[in-house]
Amino acid sequence: MGIGQSFRLAIDSLMSSKVRALLTMLGIIIGVAAVIIITGLGSGMQRMMNDEFDKMGANLIQVQIMGRGAGGSRTVDTDDMYALIERYPEYLSGVTPYIATRGVLRNGTKEFKRTQIYGVSEDYAQLASAFGDTLKEGRFLQYLDVVRKQNVCVIGAYVNKKAFDENGLGKEITISGTHYTVVGVLAPSGEVIEGGGNDVVYIPYTNACTMNGTAETDFFMFTSAGEDTAATGKKIIGDYLHSVYLSDEYYYIMTSAEMITMMNTMISVMMTVLVAIAAISLLVGGIGIMNIMLVSVSERTREIGIRKSLGAKRRDIRWQFVIEAGTTSAVGGVLGILLGALCTTAASPLLSSVMSNMGGTGSFDAAPTFAAVAISFGVSVGIGVFFGYLPANKAAKLNPIDALRYE
Amino acid sequence: MSALIELKNIYKIYHMGDAEVHALDGINLKIEKGEFVAIVGQSGSGKSTAMNIIGCLDVPTSGTYHLNGVDVSTMKDDDQAEIRNKMLGFIFQQYNLLPRLNVMENVELSLLYAGVGAEERHKKAMDALRRVGLETKAKNMPNQLSGGQQQRVSIARALAGDPSVILADEPTGALDSRTSREVLSFLQELNQEGNTIVLITHDNSIAVKAQRIVRLQDGKIIYDGSASAPEAVVQPVEAGERDGA
Repeated sequence: MGIGQSFRLAIDSLMSSKVRALLTMLGIIIGVAAVIIITGLGSGMQRMMNDEFDKMGANLIQVQIMGRGAGGSRTVDTDDMYALIERYPEYLSGVTPYIATRGVLRNGTKEFKRTQIYGVSEDYAQLASAFGDTLKEGRFLQYLDVVRKQNVCVIGAYVNKKAFDENGLGKEITISGTHYTVVGVLAPSGEVIEGGGNDVVYIPYTNACTMNGTAETDFFMFTSAGEDTAATGKKIIGDYLHSVYLSDEYYYIMTSAEMITMMNTMISVMMTVLVAIAAISLLVGGIGIMNIMLVSVSERTREIGIRKSLGAKRRDIRWQFVIEAGTTSAVGGVLGILLGALCTTAASPLLSSVMSNMGGTGSFDAAPTFAAVAISFGVSVGIGVFFGYLPANKAAKLNPIDALRYE
Repeated sequence: MSALIELKNIYKIYHMGDAEVHALDGINLKIEKGEFVAIVGQSGSGKSTAMNIIGCLDVPTSGTYHLNGVDVSTMKDDDQAEIRNKMLGFIFQQYNLLPRLNVMENVELSLLYAGVGAEERHKKAMDALRRVGLETKAKNMPNQLSGGQQQRVSIARALAGDPSVILADEPTGALDSRTSREVLSFLQELNQEGNTIVLITHDNSIAVKAQRIVRLQDGKIIYDGSASAPEAVVQPVEAGERDGA
């Protein structure tokens, strides 16, 4: 009954006291904007991660060895891993150790402290594109380089630029005092900055072991023969490692599908926590609306009396005030959505450049999600109705005589 | 056929601390359809309480009130609202128009609460405004009208729902004498058209415009009869002061 009029009156009273309306809605606006921003950035991040994993392909399996097993002396080496590939070519297509070294890179007097130096096998070539590493010139490491511990390396675009002025192929560079010949130069991927994804050098893993002073490798990357064999590949590796260590406490195997799931779960959990915090603001906003509605009810006691004298029932009056509260918070919700969308859109390119500074290769594009917009609009209306109900009920129960006499 | 309004042995008792105040002290009153009755009394005489009960804004402590044959004296809030909506039209001293609604919307209110569809609502409200001669002001806001015009809008509002009884509570209290006369003669006109009107006032000069006067004092009816009889306008005097008068 008179719902249209109730809406119009609600808009009227919002417009007639704009400052008050804005202050009332502030909690809702901030809460909704926060939710929109968080979910927008979060899903942007998720998209970016998924893109990167997509590029990497679903056929990557990482193996981390964490000890020497219950027997104390049992261990696996790179040859054991290669043996697995030879035995199960239909499931596993390649493997490379992936050894981070603490070597220091020098070219004459130039020192590169932040450059990452990894020891890999010739199979890294298979994986390289997954990490955005494509050759610009020269070649990757080869089998002979690895078995002969040749002092050769493949350098990233940053090193090529800073150490050799884009002209590094065939030149020499020093890693922890040893001279290495540059046999390949990688094409830049993402931003070319110090410490980024392009500030990297690959050497044969055999050299890396020597450099680190260990004979063992504790991190391997397998490629499965196809995307659908990754899970079986994981099982094969797991079965083998279990037979060596007699326990599953000393190794950890993860496929890229699992990594994606893990990342997504992490981002989702993070987003949920942040949204929950933002929801507190919505709660405060709801209380603000309740407060202003209580004021509105006592200001309009006479109006309520008049309406009742003309035959308005309790539910008519209740409806009127609930609609008013709902409209107030809905308007707040819309403003919050606009503000949130604006902030998200503005922050997107900013964060995008931060991400690629940090070595990310995927493109980061944050946008408010439809679900977040729909849900936060719904929630803000719900909050208005919920917190408006108490004042509305108070209005509905007013005695018409008292209300009519109220000055 | 029973009377339109029938009050039987109505008491309204307020408790103020330990004291009992009998605002209405055994009222018996019948008003027939088509009558124009003025309920007169000084402040504290109980006329406002009587108006509240007749207007279904309040219920008596004891006694029965039949309106149009329906016992409304024990009704709950929402049922009373329905009765007010269907059978009663109020005209207040302060007009009591809603300032944020335009004239048309004000007049439509009771129809809105009766659930009348928009088209019929417009038509009936326009008819009511035409009767008070304000059909050209339908889109105006109340504060753009003079006091007399606002009171006519409130009369139109009372008429719009085609009520059985029009209750006018000091309808000229806020108006100058010329406008007051206009409003009163309009009420008389409405009465001649067959409307039942109950006018509540403290002013004898206004009460005499009615056909019948019911005078209240201390919650009791002390006169009930023709408005043209000389006793009707005799101011009641406290017992102790009678000799001096």
